[in-house]
Amino acid sequence: MSAPLLVASNLQKRFDSRGRTVAALDDVNFEVAPGETLALVGPSGSGKTTAARALMRLTELDGGDIHFDGEDLLGLKGARLRAVRARLQMVFQDPRAAFNPRATVARVLDDPLRIHGIAPRGERPEAIAQLLQRVGLSPDLASRAIHEISGGQRQRVAIARAIATRPRLIVLDEAVSALDVSVRGQILELLLDLQRSENIPYLFISHDLGVVRAIAHRVAIMDKGRIVETGRAAEVIANPQSDTGQALVAAAPKLRHRA
Amino acid sequence: MSIRLAVEKLGVSYRDGRETEVLKDVSFDLRAGERLAIIGESGSGKSTLALAIAGLLPAGSRVDGNIRWPELGRQPANGRDIGFVFQDPSSSLNPVLTIGEQIAEVARAHLGMSWREAYAYAEMLLGRVRLHDPSSALKAFPHQLSGGQRQRVAIAEAIAARPGLLIADEATSALDTIVQAEIVRLIEELVAEDGMSLMFISHDIALASQIADRIAVFRHGRLIEIGEVVQIVEAPREAYTKSLLAVHMGLDTPSLLAPEAVA
Repeated sequence: MSAPLLVASNLQKRFDSRGRTVAALDDVNFEVAPGETLALVGPSGSGKTTAARALMRLTELDGGDIHFDGEDLLGLKGARLRAVRARLQMVFQDPRAAFNPRATVARVLDDPLRIHGIAPRGERPEAIAQLLQRVGLSPDLASRAIHEISGGQRQRVAIARAIATRPRLIVLDEAVSALDVSVRGQILELLLDLQRSENIPYLFISHDLGVVRAIAHRVAIMDKGRIVETGRAAEVIANPQSDTGQALVAAAPKLRHRA
Repeated sequence: MSIRLAVEKLGVSYRDGRETEVLKDVSFDLRAGERLAIIGESGSGKSTLALAIAGLLPAGSRVDGNIRWPELGRQPANGRDIGFVFQDPSSSLNPVLTIGEQIAEVARAHLGMSWREAYAYAEMLLGRVRLHDPSSALKAFPHQLSGGQRQRVAIAEAIAARPGLLIADEATSALDTIVQAEIVRLIEELVAEDGMSLMFISHDIALASQIADRIAVFRHGRLIEIGEVVQIVEAPREAYTKSLLAVHMGLDTPSLLAPEAVA
């Protein structure tokens, strides 16, 4: 693997909950290299989403250090933070909640192109058409409102928005969890195609080990704010060492065959 | 086993400006104590089926066909003969009543208990759904509990009137996999102990196969295939059922990554 693009070291975050201090992140360390997918897996409240939000600077940390693409992410402000944000994108679980439902698809994709100065006004319609084609949608969809398109189409638009700024890394937070199973496979294939063609690494947040096994190179299992186990996805899932890893494997739904 | 519920040529249309047919010509039986999984994707009609059986369809819906309860000999009452657990427990729990008040209210209304008896009964139920410390849970408000604990309370309330049918509509979909497995095991035990029939509505065919005796597959408002779990999993007849099984991602599903990336 090439040198890591993202290095998170000793991440610390505490929350106060009913008079008690709870560690949401406690000495969390991980790296992501170009072209690879690292899955953060764990039960609710394990800290995986807090870690993702910290990367996006949506949650301020109490301590730790994040280096992204050679820069000290936590020290950035103003214009330099905005510039890094273009290179670090996130796709959420529910595409409905991530968009203004009345906005058109074109408007949703125009925003990042304009805000981050990716394409001048005259070239944006063509850039939007190309983005839609790259995520397997017809350019005709540009004039439709977000609420008029299907859940699978909305998640494709969310991915198009994420890649509009030519990011160096994409955080996928339960990005396929709310999709119908027949659509989920298509979205995973789209993500893998983008990764193969542009070497984009993913930080893939999920509680679904079946999906993680299908698309992640490496996995870090989290519990109570700590990473309790890490390794190659296939190996960790086949032979989990931590209690949490074993509990997640035991709890994963399995098709029942003849006894 | 006697037939507890008979659904005969059921059709449902919603009228919202124009008429939309959401269930078409659905027929099946559910036997006493039987666990039937209802599987389908968005728009399959699986939740409409549950609402139709529970008598919870929106006003103005058009219903064709019959839903019969041969053992009962009368129309069922939702909450009494049918317990309903939704995906989001907040939708069935009242945020301003304590857990004890809302479960005791069900017992008072349907079992004719006094408040004192109903509270004691509610505490017993909270023990049955494995809440730690049932006596403090009685005094708690829904927002003070975790998602998994709230779903346990919603289940306690659903079974409070000793219904013959428990409907769980995506009851574990919002929970993480570890809590999901615990809740599925709990539902399984309660159904067996109380002799309830179960309709387990889910988008997850693997999860359904673990809890059900039979699986019914719905698509675009139609029941396209119904059979014993092993028959559906190992020898599905319909192409759509085969495709649902093919896209299931289990722990034995091959990685989608190139082989050299996984090794």
